[in-house]
Amino acid sequence: MQEFDLIISIASGKGGTGKTTIAASLASVIPECVYIDCDVEEPNGHLFLKPKFISEEKAEKLLPHINQDKCKFCGKCVSVCEFNALINLKFEIVLFEEMCHSCGACKYFCPLKIITERVKEIGIVRVGITKNEIIFADGVLNIGEASASPLIKEVKKKIVKGKTNIIDSPPGTSCSMVEAIKDSDFCILVTESTPFGLNDLKLAIDVLRAIDIPFSVVINKYDSSFTEMENYLRKANIDVLLKIPFDRKYAESYSEGTLPINKYPELKKDFIRLYNRIKEKLGLEKINV
Amino acid sequence: MFDNTYKQIVIISGKGGTGKTTLSAALASLIDKKVIIDCDVDAANLYLILKPEIIHSYEFYGGKRASINRSKCEECGICETVCRFDAINNYTINQLSCEGCGLCFRICPYGAIQFNTKKSGYYFECELPDKSKFYYAKLLPGEGNSGKLVSEIKRKALENISSDIEWVIVDGPPGVGCPVNASIAAADYAVIVTEPTVSGIHDLTRLVQLLNTFKIHAGIVINKYDLNENITSQIIKYANSENIPIIGTIPFDIEFVNALINKENVVDTNEKIRKEIQTIWRQLELQIEISIN
Repeated sequence: MQEFDLIISIASGKGGTGKTTIAASLASVIPECVYIDCDVEEPNGHLFLKPKFISEEKAEKLLPHINQDKCKFCGKCVSVCEFNALINLKFEIVLFEEMCHSCGACKYFCPLKIITERVKEIGIVRVGITKNEIIFADGVLNIGEASASPLIKEVKKKIVKGKTNIIDSPPGTSCSMVEAIKDSDFCILVTESTPFGLNDLKLAIDVLRAIDIPFSVVINKYDSSFTEMENYLRKANIDVLLKIPFDRKYAESYSEGTLPINKYPELKKDFIRLYNRIKEKLGLEKINV
Repeated sequence: MFDNTYKQIVIISGKGGTGKTTLSAALASLIDKKVIIDCDVDAANLYLILKPEIIHSYEFYGGKRASINRSKCEECGICETVCRFDAINNYTINQLSCEGCGLCFRICPYGAIQFNTKKSGYYFECELPDKSKFYYAKLLPGEGNSGKLVSEIKRKALENISSDIEWVIVDGPPGVGCPVNASIAAADYAVIVTEPTVSGIHDLTRLVQLLNTFKIHAGIVINKYDLNENITSQIIKYANSENIPIIGTIPFDIEFVNALINKENVVDTNEKIRKEIQTIWRQLELQIEISIN
């Protein structure tokens, strides 16, 4: 079956709303799908899709290396570093690796040209394939590495053109979430029926509006008694593409690493419908149910 | 490390949605002589339960952003070739991709690039109904530098702390990256809230590795422990092997969700849960005492 060149990201402001469950379930109903886990701080997609890994490569960032023997300690490098990653002790230039953004300004402006660059491993990028032939990629950030965005960029290089790519975003609304979802054709915001869920959904909506990506909402752990959520969405004219009821059996299934869709087949139709509704919104052809 | 009169406790989890904020709110209700700081600056929620009154709001400037003044630009394209963040395209700087390094600004031969500080958010000094101090923040959509905002809000909360304060409770963000590091910095004790799911235990082990690099004492609270008793016993086994005490367990109880839906602090509306959290607090005090000695 001919599939589409499409990037759908799954995000949420709040953590633990069910991004990975939704992303992995959606990937499971799309033929020849690619699933990319961009939550590099806490990657969990592999626990549910259980891919067989076929490759693992190091992801690196550049750090300046200052030839201290030739350095005259003029301090130019320190003055051009916007991230306060360098300190001039007059007998040594000290680098704080975790503050460095690898911009290269220090190297560029060093009047003696004695700054070179070396690489530092920040994590790994893994690629695999699942039993039902989902192409799988994720990134694992090294513990102690502060910045996730450079690794997210590396993981996103595994996006496959000509296929439907599902991006599982990290939680939050700041730089790593934006890095994960930018360039998406469509974004699904996953929320839950609580005031925390609603509050963080609104923050995530602000981000999507700011970066101009079309989006809709999936309400997970849906509880009809929390009416504030739907009132807000109705007023804001935002579509809810799927509601998954709050049910202990789904939580139990998740807890053991089984996607609820694989244990409770009634959910499968819901996810096919979800995919079709996304494609309708984007004006693409439906898949057969 | 313990030259302060107060103890700083950070509540973290690795995985999101395990119950950090619910536990932080519950502890806030149980203890006196405290300052509460919500360090989940991406998605602050604690204020929804604690219902603070804002007494002062501060602007947060996270970093600078470059932009091109087209009337001065000669379209030489040098800026585009030196930018390592692919932020410059067709003589325009994508504000979302710009990392704020200033290289283009310093290199431009025509002085056509502006490089200005940018407001990235706000943080608020508040008073709770019981007159305790509470701090939380709001990052503007898509802004970076959340680690810096965490450091700034903590500095503000601690710089003029009253001498009778005994506890500082920090509600941390999910993950293991920069805002988490900033939340953990200078804490006396970390409370890890986990849940018995494959992802809960996976993320717990990564967080423990991070805490080990900080050399901070920690204890674990297993939330929804009865959701999967098999994984709960795996967590206990793991905690033992790492020499981390289990300071409490909380059952999977719909009452937590019901209280949350009504924006109520669960310990104020449910006597049984209040007693459970009180037991956790006593255990926590004990463990902090042990870790100091």
